[in-house]
Amino acid sequence: MMMSDGAGRKDVVLLAHGGGGLMTRKLIEEVILGELENPILKRMDDAACISIAETELAMTTDSYVIDPVFFPGGDIGYLAVCGTVNDLAMQGAEPRFLSLALIIEEGFRIDDLKRIIGSVGKAARSSGVSIVTGDTKVIERSRRYGGPDAALSAMAGGQAGGEWRAGEPGIFLNTTGIGARLAGVDVSVTNAKPGDVIIITGTMGDHGMAIMNTREGLKLSSDLASDVQPLWSLIKPVLDAVPDIHCMRDPTRGGVAAAVCDIARSSGVCIRLSEKSLPVKPEVLGSCSILGLDPLNVANEGKAILVCAEKDLVVVLEILRAHPAGRESCAIGKVIDAPGGMVLLETTAGGERIVDVPTGEDLPRIC
Amino acid sequence: MIEKYITEMRTLTGKIDRPVRIMEVCGTHTMAAFRTGLRSMLPGGVSLLSGPGCPVCVTPDTYLDQAIALAGFPGIVVTTFGDMMRVPGSESSLERARALGSDVRIVYSPADALGAARAEPSRHFVFLGVGFETTTPTVAWALKEAKRRGVRNFSVMCGHKTIPAAMNALLSGGEVHIDGFMCPGHVSVVIGSQAYEPLCRQQRIPCVVTGFEAADMALGICMILRQIVSNRHEVEIEYSRTVTKQGNEAAQLACDEVFVRSDSEWRGLGVIPGTGLQIREDFAEHDTLRIHPEKIDAVLARQVRKAPSSCRCGDVLRGILSPPDCPLFGIRCTPVDPIGPCMVSSEGTCSAYFKYGCRQHY
Repeated sequence: MMMSDGAGRKDVVLLAHGGGGLMTRKLIEEVILGELENPILKRMDDAACISIAETELAMTTDSYVIDPVFFPGGDIGYLAVCGTVNDLAMQGAEPRFLSLALIIEEGFRIDDLKRIIGSVGKAARSSGVSIVTGDTKVIERSRRYGGPDAALSAMAGGQAGGEWRAGEPGIFLNTTGIGARLAGVDVSVTNAKPGDVIIITGTMGDHGMAIMNTREGLKLSSDLASDVQPLWSLIKPVLDAVPDIHCMRDPTRGGVAAAVCDIARSSGVCIRLSEKSLPVKPEVLGSCSILGLDPLNVANEGKAILVCAEKDLVVVLEILRAHPAGRESCAIGKVIDAPGGMVLLETTAGGERIVDVPTGEDLPRIC
Repeated sequence: MIEKYITEMRTLTGKIDRPVRIMEVCGTHTMAAFRTGLRSMLPGGVSLLSGPGCPVCVTPDTYLDQAIALAGFPGIVVTTFGDMMRVPGSESSLERARALGSDVRIVYSPADALGAARAEPSRHFVFLGVGFETTTPTVAWALKEAKRRGVRNFSVMCGHKTIPAAMNALLSGGEVHIDGFMCPGHVSVVIGSQAYEPLCRQQRIPCVVTGFEAADMALGICMILRQIVSNRHEVEIEYSRTVTKQGNEAAQLACDEVFVRSDSEWRGLGVIPGTGLQIREDFAEHDTLRIHPEKIDAVLARQVRKAPSSCRCGDVLRGILSPPDCPLFGIRCTPVDPIGPCMVSSEGTCSAYFKYGCRQHY
């Protein structure tokens, strides 16, 4: 295997793997390089030397701290590439290069690390990006202190010390991406205009509910799985045919509500969505209803919101639906001529209400 | 489907010579009326008033302060339903206590809390028992299980309250003018529609047990209006697919075995006799308030009480103040920075108004 010293130490990441010496090099060579190999990365220089013909670039970064790291439909590695690649895609930029930084808690299983890196490689290949530089750090296992404010405890005559318990070792990823912007494309959230239509490329809430179901051990029996997937190959043909797409946004944390509210606020327009048109899987609706959550607020990792002129709607939908990731694309609302900054929802019952950005955590309710 | 009920509402309110005020007691009704857009469709002659049916909203400051104090002890884990996390106590919140290192965990049911206690015998697990009759049977079950299995490191801090007596107290106070009650659907699954009969007779007020879909609430409103027009006052069930007159007798029995009625302090309404639940002597070793009185008292005695704030949650809960009319609403009191629980809780009246429609005055 990989370490030359001691049996029983070969299966988990150790602090020494982050030391920058031989063990670090072995970890990188044996777990990472094989999966992500490309000529630039192979050189293992301090910085990757890249060249891009275009001068209009987009750059983005994201850190991934998801728990659990493995979930139905994907894992943190796949997510770390798709999330960043999709942010570039939403800016109308072809993803080209990614960096990958790992922060691993000692004790993390090497097999799990291999699995994650395998997913990173798979996502990179299907997105057409090269991972050209990276970093690996190993940190001490985190501890949870089952205790208080020491002062409060002392005041109450309680014990001065608490109880230290080790948490499960985790892993955090960061990816930074660079992409080449397509000429003539400007998809800023400030571009929406009255008369425009709002499109979503598929069902809402799959990712968030799959994670919640897994993380909280809810055992809701269903096929809830994350929708995590790279979107550039879905988006590019649309931009080629209709360079004048007005806005794009991916509805990640905060869900469709947050994305559409951002557009409304930044563009200073009023948007009306139609509840009847919102595509939601029955199992997502069901699990949301049990937990008192609104699918509009639940995260997605493989969907996009597009805003375009009404005249382009038919063409855009046709192109989206021709791609496996966009089969269920549909129009969900319009930009209306009304005081700006708000998002309204025409409800299934025939009434109307406001859609707002959620405050913070969506907390499951008492009853 | 809703259209025909809205039309009927218009016809019926036309026959009544005054505006009709219907109180929907349950927090879930408050949210559903907004979320489905029903509020935006009601004709001018009928308005919905939100009552104190949000268990988090009516839990007093002292309860939260006690929970936060307990969470501060290393040997104690506080388990709670999610919507208690952000509610402000007099100095802090459970969410803040967790961020500062206290072990506070969100659970979906008291069974989860009991399971966690069994998995970690070296620490004491407190479950915050907050909720109305919808929730109390599951807590009763957890207490019975804990006793049966001898789970010594599990207790419930009982803050449960009951609905019908509170509804009566609202009317007896005389401040609020209510023409009909939309009675809570899920509470009634447990207690049955019979629970509202004394109130209905005494106060001569229509009571309709209603479900939570838009069509349910629209029909429920029509049924109340029909009673008013024909001068009746009766308890009726709209939510007949799940509610019966007797309710769930097994659940009621389990609750009677574990709990006994007590007086209870309701935030904004003061102490209302017979509206709370206390854990019976038989289950004393699982009653947090009996096990840890000195811990709680010692800490609370040292806390400096803040001067009463200008929070008007009490008036909102009594139905005498509409959220947009509260001077703090949307200005100093918002979901991000709430002053009172009505704004924090997902079922709070103010939270519903802010989130769904205050800006268009639904």
